[in-house]
Amino acid sequence: MSIASTMIDERATNRAVDSAFIDRLKRRRRNEVIFICLGLVATSIGLIALALLMIDLAVSGYPRLTADFFTNFPSRRAGQAGILSAWVGSLLVISVTAFIGIPLGVAAGIYLEEYAPKNIWTNIIEINVSNLAGVPSIVFGLLALGLFVYGFGTGRSIFTAGLTLALLILPIIIVSTREAIRAVPWSLREAAYGIGATKWQVTQDHVLPAAIPGVLTGVIIGISRALGETAPLVTIGALSFIAFLPPSPVTTEFPFLSFAWLFEGFTVLPIQAFNWVSRPGHDFHSNAAAAGLVLMAFTLILNGIAIYFRYQLRKKLQW
Amino acid sequence: MASALTVGERRRQRLREHAIEAVLLVAAASSVFVTLAIVAVLVYESLGFFTTVPITEFLFGTTWTPLFANPQYGILPLLGGTLLSTAVALLFVAPIGLVTAIYLSEFASSRVREVIKPILELLSGVPTVVYGFFALLFMTPFLQTFVPDLPGFNILSAGIVIGIMIIPYVASLSEDAMRAVPNNLRDGSLAMGATRLETAFKVVLPAATSGVAAAFILGISRAVGETMIVAIAAGQQPNLTLDPREPAATITAYIVQVALGDLPHGSLAYQTIFAAGLMLLLLTLVFNIAGFWLRHKFREVY
Repeated sequence: MSIASTMIDERATNRAVDSAFIDRLKRRRRNEVIFICLGLVATSIGLIALALLMIDLAVSGYPRLTADFFTNFPSRRAGQAGILSAWVGSLLVISVTAFIGIPLGVAAGIYLEEYAPKNIWTNIIEINVSNLAGVPSIVFGLLALGLFVYGFGTGRSIFTAGLTLALLILPIIIVSTREAIRAVPWSLREAAYGIGATKWQVTQDHVLPAAIPGVLTGVIIGISRALGETAPLVTIGALSFIAFLPPSPVTTEFPFLSFAWLFEGFTVLPIQAFNWVSRPGHDFHSNAAAAGLVLMAFTLILNGIAIYFRYQLRKKLQW
Repeated sequence: MASALTVGERRRQRLREHAIEAVLLVAAASSVFVTLAIVAVLVYESLGFFTTVPITEFLFGTTWTPLFANPQYGILPLLGGTLLSTAVALLFVAPIGLVTAIYLSEFASSRVREVIKPILELLSGVPTVVYGFFALLFMTPFLQTFVPDLPGFNILSAGIVIGIMIIPYVASLSEDAMRAVPNNLRDGSLAMGATRLETAFKVVLPAATSGVAAAFILGISRAVGETMIVAIAAGQQPNLTLDPREPAATITAYIVQVALGDLPHGSLAYQTIFAAGLMLLLLTLVFNIAGFWLRHKFREVY
């Protein structure tokens, strides 16, 4: 066999290898294109589901969104039923939740990030917070039923509901407060310590102001979560037929403030919607959709504000 | 400016510092008290229940009829309903969530990602009662067009809607995990001639396994504890079945059903919801611990 023929043989094999390689390469490239298409489909499934959900809700609920719907009490006749007691109830419950949950959560976050020594107790608290975030919301309802309603005797009231939801969103607020504080650079603290500030002065005057947008993001997401929660409030026995408003917190007599509303029975938007959706009949389902629409509007606005905060934060955050 | 603080002022300031630290510590410790209170309430009421009903009947009985004249207390039908709806949700969300995560992390431009991720995360902000409405009045009629004889209440549509609800948990958190994989791993793979797809599946995904698994486990734990969707769309009848087309009550749906009925405090039926709640808590605890362990055990260090 001459050298020349060996070379020709080799070239032939190389060509064969090349064409096999090119075929494989084509297939690999094609697979990539197929996957990108799959990725677009998968991503759009989530987006389509969100769109369908909103359209479905809007189509069946929008015709019911009249002024009367907001100023009427629930009624046995679907056409006259409204959400007055529900949105007032939601507002009051959320106020209690915010009043208890925000200071408690932010204070806990500050402690864990700025003060806590590295020891077993801090570890326990940290593990506990992340575990608490995973506890199903209905279990908080059982806690409230066993401990608040029957143990402390606070009843099936606005106060019990607000307290329960405050405990529920505590982990969310703690975690976001910690993340916001952790993002504040050490140089800021050191500068303040350097001119003789105490720990609390540093925290209060420098760390917290710098961390506020992040803290607010967490607070808003927590509040929006509390606003939409149904299960724990069903468990403590929130009633769905409430045809009265709790006594006004502002009175005409001294001391002009009354806290009687705290211990009144109540209903909230999601419970009213749940009640309507569980009834047979198209008319009540439209009411449920309308109440759901109002609820969605609130949560989407709150979430939108939170996303905006986070976006601003990410843009600005260049220490 | 010389130090203007007198000894008295210094002492007051120190006192104030200590007082503030104590207040903050109490706030941080309050979360531990919440956990302890949850466990205490559930265990206390369940103990009352288990003095009457043997724990073996509770765990292994196959009939759950606590409100009937001849009550039976086998939790298996409720547990089955919970696991079946979770399985449906997982089967639905696993391919969608994983492909979405890989697409957003490895293929989409950063502009696309910045827009799509927050929108997807809105899915976790939708109130669950709205999802329940969607499952009962949209998903079920929709499925009925091609699943013959699908009843008005069924596990299938509830499970699928739970799957939609946990898309952000699975997709968004998996995407975070994959993006945390350092670029030099990707570069190495691409330099060897691998395509982006091969790099995604053979390099990035294996490197992000623990984060992706943790995201899935968080999603599962959410699905197990989900209440309103199943209470509205899956029916209230305990039903030990493997067929997702049938209606079946879950642990959470049972608790809602009893809570709506306003049972007398201290009765055995009242105690059942705490025993069921304890079961639910333990179930989610197992998933949470598994997720926690995965994150810490297999945390990749580069």
